[in-house]
Amino acid sequence: MPSEADLKMEITISRMLRVGVSLAAFVVLVGAILYLWQAHGMETDYRYFHGVPTPVDHFSPVLEGIRHLDSRSVIRLGILLLIATPIVRVAFCLYSFAMQKDKLYVLVSGTVLAVLLYSLLHR
Amino acid sequence: MGLIEFTCAVLLTSALAGLLGALTGLGGGVVIVPVLALVFHVDLRYAVGASLISVIATSSGAAVSFVREGFSNVRIGMFLEVATTVGAVGGAYLASRISTHSIGIIFGITLLYSAWSSFRTKQDLQSHPPNALAEKLKLMGDYPVGGVRQTYVAQNVPAGFGIMAIAGILSGLLGIGSGAVKVLAMDSAMKLPFKVSTTTSNFMIGVTAAASAGIYLRRGYVAPGLAAPVMLGVLAGSIVGARLLVRIRVPILRVIFAVVIVALGVEMIYSGATGRL
Repeated sequence: MPSEADLKMEITISRMLRVGVSLAAFVVLVGAILYLWQAHGMETDYRYFHGVPTPVDHFSPVLEGIRHLDSRSVIRLGILLLIATPIVRVAFCLYSFAMQKDKLYVLVSGTVLAVLLYSLLHR
Repeated sequence: MGLIEFTCAVLLTSALAGLLGALTGLGGGVVIVPVLALVFHVDLRYAVGASLISVIATSSGAAVSFVREGFSNVRIGMFLEVATTVGAVGGAYLASRISTHSIGIIFGITLLYSAWSSFRTKQDLQSHPPNALAEKLKLMGDYPVGGVRQTYVAQNVPAGFGIMAIAGILSGLLGIGSGAVKVLAMDSAMKLPFKVSTTTSNFMIGVTAAASAGIYLRRGYVAPGLAAPVMLGVLAGSIVGARLLVRIRVPILRVIFAVVIVALGVEMIYSGATGRL
């Protein structure tokens, strides 16, 4: 039963996804080049875990880092953009189902959106 | 290894993983995590974090070509995403509670399963009996077979939903798309046509991964200097792989890839069991 409306919705979504991924990949690429530029001669250290958290519920530290051309902050911004694309996709589905007056799937996509936002925003 | 050499080596390896992942349909994540952990001696948590980011990129990047063919089903995908996202949040929490040794062993078992599943014979049901629950939830559709539209109705909805929750947990725990388990839920349990299962699964992978990404970021699993070359490499490799797939048949490659995956799986189980991860 995927109607014409569903197919149109999916094509729009997939175009949005491609734009989002391209943008995110570009930002990450810029960050990676900057990273190699700034950090050359350094040794890598991923052997032992000492996690430096990326704040996801407020952007100010990332934006502050970007103002100082901190390469890690640029990469973090790209990663946040990337994570945003599937979330925008679900939000757009929710909107399309609402336009089709499909209450059941407004509820379903609303639940998925709530889980995504919960995992991203709660502490 | 110096930083530039390390980054270039990770970039090239990720591109190869993305290429093979796209050609065989297993995804880049299942290869890049064990290679980072076993070959580059990256802590499993960083490997899983970098892989998860690359999984979101490939899923969203590949969506366009899949959707145009008219196989994926947005309602079935969205309904099952309730299970995968809840599972993924649980899996991401679980990742910090259990040791990297255990995660390594679970990863190894998942690898062995993925290798095995890529050789399962696929037979689509010729006719789908009516299913009251599936019809109430609108879990049905049609897809093109040689110019005509063949209709289908989902079967065994609770079982499919349950397997999807497991796929979500594995995705959140191991930083992979767990496409093999997603296809199992839709193709084997719910009896959906194989093409519908694989394309809908690809569409779901990005949303599932996004559900654990926030938790990974907050925990510091995503190291920018490592995640960047992994994401860019896997994305580039999978785009090339998807293009090649249209033109070439790859049975031999599939066998080689399966052997590599089995070897990585055994090594992950061994390393996990002997406490080297």
